[in-house]
Amino acid sequence: MTAALAIRDLKKTYRNGHVALKGITLEVVEGDFFALLGPNGAGKSTTIGIVASLVNKSAGEVTIFGHDIETDLAAAKSCLGLVPQEFNFNQFEPVGEIVANQAGYYGIERREAFARAENYLRRLGLWEKRRGMARELSGGMKRRLMIARALVHEPRLLILDEPTAGVDIEIRRSMWDFLREINASGTTIILTTHYLEEAESLCRNIAIIDEGELIENTSTRRLLNTLHMETFILDIADPLEKLPELPGHSVRLVDECTIEADICRGEVVNDLFSQLSAQGIHIVSMRNKTNRLEQLFVRLLEGNGIEAC
Amino acid sequence: MTPHQKLTALRTIVTKEILRFARIWIQTVLPPMITTALYFIIFGNLIGSQIGDMDGFRYMEFIIPGLIMMSVITNSYANVVSSFYGSKFQRHIEEMLISPVPNYIILIGFVAGGVTRGLIVGIAVTLVSLIFSPLSIFNLWVMLSMIVLTAILFALAGFINGAYARNFDDISIIPTFVLTPLTYLGGIFYSISMLPEFWQKASLANPILYMINAFRYGFLGITDISLLASYSISIGFILILYTFSIHLLRKGQGIKT
Repeated sequence: MTAALAIRDLKKTYRNGHVALKGITLEVVEGDFFALLGPNGAGKSTTIGIVASLVNKSAGEVTIFGHDIETDLAAAKSCLGLVPQEFNFNQFEPVGEIVANQAGYYGIERREAFARAENYLRRLGLWEKRRGMARELSGGMKRRLMIARALVHEPRLLILDEPTAGVDIEIRRSMWDFLREINASGTTIILTTHYLEEAESLCRNIAIIDEGELIENTSTRRLLNTLHMETFILDIADPLEKLPELPGHSVRLVDECTIEADICRGEVVNDLFSQLSAQGIHIVSMRNKTNRLEQLFVRLLEGNGIEAC
Repeated sequence: MTPHQKLTALRTIVTKEILRFARIWIQTVLPPMITTALYFIIFGNLIGSQIGDMDGFRYMEFIIPGLIMMSVITNSYANVVSSFYGSKFQRHIEEMLISPVPNYIILIGFVAGGVTRGLIVGIAVTLVSLIFSPLSIFNLWVMLSMIVLTAILFALAGFINGAYARNFDDISIIPTFVLTPLTYLGGIFYSISMLPEFWQKASLANPILYMINAFRYGFLGITDISLLASYSISIGFILILYTFSIHLLRKGQGIKT
């Protein structure tokens, strides 16, 4: 199967000497929902910029569905849709025209371009705003406008650079559903996000970049399986001043009504609850302290590897 | 992209550019009409009546071609420099850069927008001039070809200015300190035969002089410069600026890192 995106030994050094990418090799298979994660300044946006030919690479190869961006750029571009991190549309242009014009740049006739624009604007809840200027849209609407614009030429590969940044949870969830639908219809999706819950929920494969280098590239499931310990928060019924000794368990009193417990993979938790009951401590609720992927992400970036129990 | 798809992309860019300045016609089309009307009233009517004839024509008739040309130069330049810099500033130039549309189509699209605005303003100013003087046309083809060539040339110059501009000051420096002086010294209000010999020769280094004179020839049949020199200079500059603009787009000057 042809890779939707293949990156080989990609390097980028900016004119000021800053080395943004130190030789990244990465492959995204067709049909995948792929997360590209990393802290701010890790090199994610530079990678995406090079793939979209908005940034000149210093070395390396990039192919999109087998089309090299150096030798077969037009064909490579035809396969790609991009939703960038920053708003990059004309704020003084009507919403409908922004989407239809984008189709026009791909050689799609005016009538067909407007029909497609209507389809995507309706699906993303922007049809009523089509005649209004883009600057009048809310932040969430602007993000959805960029998604409609990126899809109007029906690309085989869609790259979204933090598409849900600053979007409220309800709209974020509806955008997730929309992206799942697009992916199910055959579009390969690459997503960067700071909401790791989003990556865990949507993506089948994950790559993590840090300081211009790829530090992890695996399936979401396999990555989560490497997590040996999770921290849970236990809310207790009656306030405590001091936590009693609980042999064999790593627990802390966070405040008078909250206990934190580290629980290893495969550990039977009945003993912990038995000991707590024996001490007259009753648990009223329990939840995971952090998103699992977030824990892994932080550990990987700190270079701590995976913690063993 | 197939030739048909390229044509569709070009139509899209040109339509977008025309709609851009049409939406703000109060800022783009109306001011040159008012400014030129003031030139006609003050220089043509009030002062011109004291000057008498210039090369055998009333002073008002003499300055009309130059003033039309000045508005075309200014507007074709201003349209492209502001539109291209604006698209860099708001980053919506990326809409075109990520698409498969070739660089030359992007360039022709922006230039066509500038030429269209220049010509629309030129027609508007010509209509205003009819209030003050009847229109006489000596050679329609020279007049039309020269106005179109001039609009293309200055639209390309505006594109290059827009590509290099890093802030809004940069898009007004060239028009203020280079374009306006060259236009005023390009023989709009006088014939260079009135100047001392040194300044006559110095004026020949001003490319705008060639365009204004050829355009005036189209109206009145008089010129200080040969038509061959005017066409050679105009077409030569267009070829140089076009090649340089394509080089800037390929390099990603001001639009890629």
